[in-house]
Amino acid sequence: MSAAPLSLQGIHKSFGAKQVLRGLDADVRAGEIFSIVGPSGAGKTTALRLLDLLESPDAGRITFHGKSYPIRSSESLAQRRRMALVMQNPTVFRATAFENVAYGLWLRGVPDAELRGRVFAGLDFVGLLEAAKEPAEKLSGGEQQRIAFARAAVLNPEILLLDEFTANLDPFNVRLLEQSILRYRHETGCTVVIVTHNLFQAKRLADRVALLLDGQFVEVAPAADFFDHPARAETRAFLSGEMAY
Amino acid sequence: MSREPLPWPTFVTVWRAAFVLSALLIAAGMTVSIDLQPRSFIVLATTTSARDSGLLDYLIPYFQSDTGIGVRYTAVGTGQALDLGRRGDADVVLVHAPSAELAFMAAGQGLCRSPVMMNQFVVVGPNQSDPAGILGLTNATIAFERIRTTHSLFISRGDNSGTNIIEKTVWSWVGYTPSTANDTWYKESGQGMAATLDIASQLVAYTLSDDGTFLVHSANLELRIDVQHDPALRNFYSVIPVNPSVHPSIFVAGALRFAKWLTSARGQSLIGNYTAGGVRPFQPDGQDLCP
Amino acid sequence: MTDFSEILQIVGLSILVSGTSTLIGSVVGVPLGVLVALRKFRGRNFVRTVAFTFYGFPPVLAGLLVFLILSRGGPLGVLGFLFTPIGMILAQSVIVMPIVMGITISAMMTVEKRLHDTSLALGANERQWRTTALHDARVGVFTAVMVGFGRAISEVGTVLIVGGNIRGQTRVLTTAIVLEISQAHYVEATIFGIILFVIAFAVFAFLQRLQAKGVV
Repeated sequence: MSAAPLSLQGIHKSFGAKQVLRGLDADVRAGEIFSIVGPSGAGKTTALRLLDLLESPDAGRITFHGKSYPIRSSESLAQRRRMALVMQNPTVFRATAFENVAYGLWLRGVPDAELRGRVFAGLDFVGLLEAAKEPAEKLSGGEQQRIAFARAAVLNPEILLLDEFTANLDPFNVRLLEQSILRYRHETGCTVVIVTHNLFQAKRLADRVALLLDGQFVEVAPAADFFDHPARAETRAFLSGEMAY
Repeated sequence: MSREPLPWPTFVTVWRAAFVLSALLIAAGMTVSIDLQPRSFIVLATTTSARDSGLLDYLIPYFQSDTGIGVRYTAVGTGQALDLGRRGDADVVLVHAPSAELAFMAAGQGLCRSPVMMNQFVVVGPNQSDPAGILGLTNATIAFERIRTTHSLFISRGDNSGTNIIEKTVWSWVGYTPSTANDTWYKESGQGMAATLDIASQLVAYTLSDDGTFLVHSANLELRIDVQHDPALRNFYSVIPVNPSVHPSIFVAGALRFAKWLTSARGQSLIGNYTAGGVRPFQPDGQDLCP
Repeated sequence: MTDFSEILQIVGLSILVSGTSTLIGSVVGVPLGVLVALRKFRGRNFVRTVAFTFYGFPPVLAGLLVFLILSRGGPLGVLGFLFTPIGMILAQSVIVMPIVMGITISAMMTVEKRLHDTSLALGANERQWRTTALHDARVGVFTAVMVGFGRAISEVGTVLIVGGNIRGQTRVLTTAIVLEISQAHYVEATIFGIILFVIAFAVFAFLQRLQAKGVV
């Protein structure tokens, strides 16, 4: 029994005939940035959705500090509210930037005065304080993604899940958001799981990296070891671009 | 920065406000409408021709001031008027269809049946010409026969109303049933009396009408009465308070008051004095046969 | 002949009956539409088809059914609502509700699945998600209410059957028009028609301003 803030044990998940995850095992340590890399369609997004308790695994357990939460129970909602997931597409609500960032706080019933303070702090954190009253749909793609990040960050999650969340952005916004993650982790000590197909980003951000291949974690290692002295042949093939998939 | 509320809680608030408002309106509507005894008004079911003659709108204010009882009347077809009585949705019925009325009484649905007044059906035609040569006749059967042989334009209501049924009866006495398929001179309007008169006026044609409606509209029509005082075309009105055994909610006292008022000297003289188009279409014929 | 105070009374009753029945029809129809669109349950497609079928349900038939129910001889006859404004309101609500519900379902179905994921990922429970989805589809839902009102204000057959067109009690603009036409008073009928049109226009202009300003 693992008491890690986040632990996957033997996770299997299929969609119809296609088996996506075949026995995923990992322990994520408190306060670390854990990056999952791998080919497209390998199941990275599925893994993240399972971690966020949006779906149930077919077999295996996901535990948080040793406790598991069946997806239909009321405790799973409470646990979900201790986490936040930012996706590739910002999917902003039809409202102002301020209102978007405030959404999660409204869900949790945070009182007005405190809510306003936290929302402004969040907007400031991503450098969008002047855009507070703008309709979110009118912002650029990069700005929307920053709003999406702020929307998650203001919730002070214990675990932050990021799914290729800078995939569509220009270098300026990518850099800004990466800085925000590092700052955020430094200031709050939260645990971050980031899925990315950008190996340079993984190198910049991760404490440990995991390669997800054929539904399993083929290698899990500290970032330096992973990139400089990979233990597995598959990892070497993947990093060098020689792997065909 | 302004203190605007977030959109999602606002939505919840708006929905709750709408819900409360609907509940309030329903409650208010119900308290106004719920049938509280004792009632101060009767519900009268009558026919469209009774309404169109203008007689009811003339009489009702007198009844209300004489008795303090209001009258809410709905004008529908004869069949439906009697059916409203049968269901207990009307307290009293005023119609002019003797055979249907007798059936109503035989079924025990009426408390009593008092004759009230009579008017007549008349054949009207263009006021500048008379192609069928019927002006001055007092026999509608002969008039219809002449209209048929001369192929003069004739507008029927064609809607199975009381007037339409009388018209078909006269044709049956003639021994001929005109149809729009075979007879180009015979047209059906499918509408009420006023609209049918309008059509006859515009197309320069004959038609059959109750005298009350015709007189009310005569000023706007290019028509005149050609055939009248045919005894077979007299139209008898009766008032029938509904039997309270039909339904406990019937306002029997009010219904009887109305029936007796119509057949009283007061009601009868008002009916006889009612004037439309310079003529008095209704002849008082009342007799109080109610307890 | 109708005088000015009577016209005023007819207009007032029209607005009251149509407005209240739109309100009731929406208060029932919108939440039902949201539930049908968002919640998975067995027979959902069937319910959806039935809701859409009721678009074509002849209002006059609804009038007949309500008449039979509210009649003294009928199951709710003891209330005495036949030939009263509340009876008309109830009958019209029955007609408005499926229309509002059907259009709400269509509007809610345009909400992206991604929004659902985002909402849940940020910690929404099912009820909060429904509020979020409703807010996202609010333009379409508001249109549903407007269409419902259009139906209500123009309804003739139902209010004629259930109301009885009683002078001073249950006469509204549409039934007054029918009456004037039956008596060949075409000028009066046209005047009532113009008043009806002006009222509908004013209401829709106001609602559209609300919609454009993003209030709804």
